[in-house]
Amino acid sequence: MSNTYFALHLLLTGDSALWDIVRLSILVSLSATLLALMLGLPFGALIALSRFPARDPVIIVLNALMGLPPVVVGLGVYLALSRSGPLGSWGLLFTPPAMIIAQTILVTPIIAALTRQTIEDLWREYREEFAAMNVGVCRRVVALIWDARFSLVTSMLAGFGRAAAEVGAIIIVGGNIQGFTRTMTTSIALETSKGNLPLAIGLGLVLMSIVLLINALAWGVRRAGERFAA
Amino acid sequence: MKTLPSFVRGFATLFMLALAAYAIPLSASADDQTIVVASTTSTQDSGLFDYLLPIVKTKTGITVRVIAQGTGQALDTGRRGDADVVFVHAKAAELKFLAEGESLKRYPVMYNDFVLIGPTEDPAGVSGTMDIGKALQKIKERQVSFVSRGDRSGTHLAELDLWKSAGIAIDQEKGAWYKSIGQGMGAALNFAAASGAYVLSDRATWIHFGNKGGLRIVVEGDKRLFNQYGVMLVNPAKHPNVKSVLGQRFIDYLVSPEGQRDIGRYQVDGQQLFHPDASDPAA
Amino acid sequence: MSTSLVTSQLPVVLDDVQVRAGETVILDGISLRFAAGPPTVLIGPNGSGKSTLLRLAMGLVPPLSGRISWGGSPATGSSRRALVFQRPVMLRRTAAGNLHFALASASIPREHRRSRVHELLRLVGLEAVADRPARRLSGGEQQRLALARALARDPEVLFLDEPTASLDPRGTKAIEEVIRTLAERGIKIVMATHDLSEAKRLAGEIVLLHRGCVVETGPADTFFAGPSTSDARRFLAGELLV
Repeated sequence: MSNTYFALHLLLTGDSALWDIVRLSILVSLSATLLALMLGLPFGALIALSRFPARDPVIIVLNALMGLPPVVVGLGVYLALSRSGPLGSWGLLFTPPAMIIAQTILVTPIIAALTRQTIEDLWREYREEFAAMNVGVCRRVVALIWDARFSLVTSMLAGFGRAAAEVGAIIIVGGNIQGFTRTMTTSIALETSKGNLPLAIGLGLVLMSIVLLINALAWGVRRAGERFAA
Repeated sequence: MKTLPSFVRGFATLFMLALAAYAIPLSASADDQTIVVASTTSTQDSGLFDYLLPIVKTKTGITVRVIAQGTGQALDTGRRGDADVVFVHAKAAELKFLAEGESLKRYPVMYNDFVLIGPTEDPAGVSGTMDIGKALQKIKERQVSFVSRGDRSGTHLAELDLWKSAGIAIDQEKGAWYKSIGQGMGAALNFAAASGAYVLSDRATWIHFGNKGGLRIVVEGDKRLFNQYGVMLVNPAKHPNVKSVLGQRFIDYLVSPEGQRDIGRYQVDGQQLFHPDASDPAA
Repeated sequence: MSTSLVTSQLPVVLDDVQVRAGETVILDGISLRFAAGPPTVLIGPNGSGKSTLLRLAMGLVPPLSGRISWGGSPATGSSRRALVFQRPVMLRRTAAGNLHFALASASIPREHRRSRVHELLRLVGLEAVADRPARRLSGGEQQRLALARALARDPEVLFLDEPTASLDPRGTKAIEEVIRTLAERGIKIVMATHDLSEAKRLAGEIVLLHRGCVVETGPADTFFAGPSTSDARRFLAGELLV
């Protein structure tokens, strides 16, 4: 197990190569989550508050998309961003932006679906009062999102957790290039395949700590929210 | 709501921070002096790139980004124009690549050799022979577990050639003992270690491999186990985005006397892994 | 407060109104007139349609047939009428936050809101809990907050659906005080209650509903002294149940 302590030692002494990997992992997943929030939140809120013919099928599909297999998304984005693909001229394949794009696609349905559920439940609760107070559409949407903020933040943390833990999409579109597109999850995959198990375990411990931290945050947010929800 | 603007503000700040923290390294690494090289997982696993790329950067100024895939996949990446240079070890596939016009010239660079790895107890009783063909026949007759990369990599193609040279049509004659896993060299070695199987590996990856427990080299030295590496610039006429100047500079370095010397100097556990042979016309 | 450019909400006139939910008739042949003056109290057994009638008069429920008009017009801006539901829903904010929201929705300009919030809280006696999360208030406090929310709209007519139903005697007394104050200020109160003594205390006018129809209506004192219809007599005797 000495290599595991070596890995932790590198971490604590601020070894730049290792910290670059951690930093890239967080940056990619965080960016993807924030983008997913900007796309998924309004979309989910819109679905929650509108009535249209195909509403039920749309919701079913949205919920199903939460389970998009990462490798499938990775393959799709790879084909799209390849030089011989439709978006090849962007030159994004094998770069961090490609990884962000892939993870955004994975996380957006999660945020949209959870937002829809949360907003719809809250709307059902507030509906009559809003009618009696003659609340306009804009104010309605803002109020629902604001009052649901704790649940929405929890959804965001769930999305981030999903992004931080996945490897299938980013290894395909990022290429796992050392010092450039190598993240914690892709490093673990690589070190394992090289038989470098102790180092992989060390990285795994770091990743688990982050996952634990996120869950602790989510729990804290939920507790804070209880203050208002009772 | 007084608190609403501050919540939005906090959110926006967080977002800006994330964007900034990301943008800074990206802008720092100037896009100009980088190339993408599609190579193989065995080459990466051998540690050659960890050793060589910093030297390349110092001597040519080029930052090389290596995508490590199976040989077949690496060549396909070249065909799609997603790499500037391909650096693999499967001559037949490379010549096909050339014939298709995907590159204009192939440069031999170096060779390493394959070794047959097996369990220390050697249940198929092949150790001691230098004849890989006989060894494979014994494995097949005794139906001892054999792991194949199964990923169209150079190693996989070499393995298929070896079965052919042993007079075995492996596609028809394989059984449950033949396990095709479709993964890289490290994964195949892990699998062999975990299940007591035989596996063909390049020597470089084997020496560099960290999980050797229960495995050892059982057959080596047969001329048929020779593993030749070639490097090619992806044809810029077919893919205008290819950085031909930088790519060619990289190739020129690899085949130069200095580059060849640097390659030969790479050692693991006191053993030289790669033998430079750019000057060998038959390579 | 805000000078309304809209015509008055009063009188609220319901003319032969019918309301259905699917196949079920909830209100039938309702013809009523709520004019300025002392509170009008709706009484009647459970399921008689009191809540629906309030919602209808508020303008939240469209009639299947018949006409409604507010101040002589079929569709005035609804900003100066307000409704407090039987089980009001508190927004997930502080008590003051709820009032801010109600004021904003009623288009009260931002500069005036702060002072108005304090006024309203003082009126219903909730100043001390201004910054407490509304959902953590007691039942009685929430009822009072809902009332304050409704008042934020500066209504001419205030509809109240069983405002003291879930309150203890102290809470009931407090709310009735506020209602009395509002009535004295000239706000027309239309409220439903199942508490006959409360009806006696507050009503200027009584409307008795039974199975979606108006059984009897008239000034409160004459009604309680001696109602005209036999159904009304049976109701006061506690015999008219559903």
